[in-house]
Amino acid sequence: MPTMIPRRRREEWLLTLPTFFWLTLFFIIPTVIVLAIAFKPAAPHGGFGEGWTLRTLMELGNPNYPAIVFRTLWISAVATALCILIALPVGYCLARASRKWRQFLMLLVVIPFWTNFLIRIFAWKQVLHPEGILKKTLVALHLVAPDATLLYNAGAVMLVMVYTYLPFAILPIYAAAEKFDFSLLEAAQDLGSSRLGAFYRIFIPGIRRGLLTATLMVLIPALGAYVIPDIVGGPTSEMIGNKIAQRTFVDRNLPHASALTGLLLVTVLVVTGGLYVLVRMRKIPRALGRSLAATGTGNLTTTAENTAPVTPESIADLVAEEEKNKEENAEEDAT
Amino acid sequence: MPPFLSFENISKSFGSHKAVDNVSVDVSRGEIFSLLGPSGCGKTTLLRMCAGFEEPDSGRILLDGVDITNIPPHKRKVNTVFQNYALFPHLSLRENIAFGLRIAKRPEKEIQAEVDKMLDLVQLTDHADKLPAFISGGQKQRVAIARALINKPQVLLLDEPLAALDLKLRQRMLVELDGIHDEVGITFLYITHDQGEAMGISDNIAVMNQGRIEQIGKPTEVYEAPRSSFVAAFIGDTNFFEGTVTEEKGTEYLTVKIDGFPDVTVFNDKNAHKGDPVYLSIRPEKFSVSVEKPAENEHVNAVEGIVEEVIYMGSHTRYWIRVQDYRISTNRQHIRYALDEKPIQWKDRVWLSWRTDDGYMLERYAAADEKLLILPEE
Repeated sequence: MPTMIPRRRREEWLLTLPTFFWLTLFFIIPTVIVLAIAFKPAAPHGGFGEGWTLRTLMELGNPNYPAIVFRTLWISAVATALCILIALPVGYCLARASRKWRQFLMLLVVIPFWTNFLIRIFAWKQVLHPEGILKKTLVALHLVAPDATLLYNAGAVMLVMVYTYLPFAILPIYAAAEKFDFSLLEAAQDLGSSRLGAFYRIFIPGIRRGLLTATLMVLIPALGAYVIPDIVGGPTSEMIGNKIAQRTFVDRNLPHASALTGLLLVTVLVVTGGLYVLVRMRKIPRALGRSLAATGTGNLTTTAENTAPVTPESIADLVAEEEKNKEENAEEDAT
Repeated sequence: MPPFLSFENISKSFGSHKAVDNVSVDVSRGEIFSLLGPSGCGKTTLLRMCAGFEEPDSGRILLDGVDITNIPPHKRKVNTVFQNYALFPHLSLRENIAFGLRIAKRPEKEIQAEVDKMLDLVQLTDHADKLPAFISGGQKQRVAIARALINKPQVLLLDEPLAALDLKLRQRMLVELDGIHDEVGITFLYITHDQGEAMGISDNIAVMNQGRIEQIGKPTEVYEAPRSSFVAAFIGDTNFFEGTVTEEKGTEYLTVKIDGFPDVTVFNDKNAHKGDPVYLSIRPEKFSVSVEKPAENEHVNAVEGIVEEVIYMGSHTRYWIRVQDYRISTNRQHIRYALDEKPIQWKDRVWLSWRTDDGYMLERYAAADEKLLILPEE
């Protein structure tokens, strides 16, 4: 019935419209305004002046900035990696724990949210302070030198970032692990894999969507972090977020802050896009290896290639494949 | 010949529940051995101990003379076909099947050749690059078998492998499984609660109930010569009769008095004596149903009863015939064109007869096992 299709389309449009307007009004337009300000000249007493200019953008060429972008990237990357490394076993244990234990452990994960974010970070400042409890304990145990500093450096920023963002890594990993069929781990062991091997080869690929979500949930806020490096960081751990705040509140140079915001936006897009491409590219050597193996001319398909940990397939691909296969199966069942 | 796989006095408890209670089973090399029993009888626990996922509290498991009781699962030359197949969802069928060989770090060329051979054996070559989510239940089943067999296990464990399939497919897969067994010659330990599957595929069956072995034997033995009322009732359908020996007829036969029956002659293979209580199991198909009284014959017992229920099944008809307190289940094969016969109907008076050798004396009887019998509502 051809008349059905346009009608369904129209309904889809009607359903999408409110969201579309909402996003346009409160997200797209403000973002465009912020980015547009980057092309305005700075006014001497804050705000921005008349006319358009590319000068602010040119100033981003200042050798200072690549260093800050790079630092932002590596601090965020390390914090994200640490979060994932901690969240993986936690998510696994949560999913395997008995109901009662699970509720209790989940409570522990979310309890920090009951206290204000700023208060918790100031608490860390107390802990890491030269006269703080952690420093004194470590010195007493001869684990650090008496003149070592725990505060105002990249280490402190990463530590507090991991502390702050860990629940955002645990929750998606737990959500994925909870749906994971743990009998698959037994199957892997049955086929000769050790416990750890089964975890790596079967569990991690099995929760890859949760892993990707966790990575993005931590990485994106980390890239834009401002409060954490501002409070526990120092000049050597300044991130883009700090620079944006400084340009806005101290220098009152809105165009410059906007340009930096654009830079941050591009960084986030490049990183997430890069992750996506990396994930997609994994398919190419595999497919290549398979065809080579099929023709007997050699192979690129190694064990690691085929069972590598994070391989989120494109959902669209899967759906298309599923449709195709369903049809084939239907034909088969019919015969 | 010493047994290939043997469970020696295995016991295992979960909390206060005795899942497996002092079980000893011997499996010969190359046979299909079934563990048959209702859910919760301990058969799956026994299989999991063989695979290495559980450790027995006491007893040991020997495989080809080696004690494997405490060897971790990944070091045993034993592979499992899981009930839910447990295929790895992120790997293609080819990679699922290759998994064991990849873990063993075999050369790529060899892996591909072996996988191709397996794909051919289970007829899935055309689907090799699909993911498990996109194939049918029967195909998943075959992948699971191939994935286990490719490792050339000493024993293949099959945990209710057909339970998730529909009836027609189950029957087809059973034949296929038998064919695969003939081809690879590996010892199969087959777990099932379906007596039809077990009878159809096994060389030997161990019937389990409440953590214990009730009987071990060939399918015909457990069917025709059940030792306990549980085995008789769990495998197929049967009728139980309770009586007392009134006379010994030589060494071979006994005369038994059953309430409401004329004297019944029973083959005495249990060395019962006058005055002993006996429990008989007589399978429905052993009875003949006739309208006329059968001719007197010392090798045939006969009793008159009233037809209480008739269910026509096409190839045969099932009858339940009332004799005093007994409702006797029987059936009649329609080996002749049924429309030409005068049918036996509800409330008809009929004669039931059976040969003296066709009733079997039970060693153990438990009234609770009568619940397993198929009886119409009263």
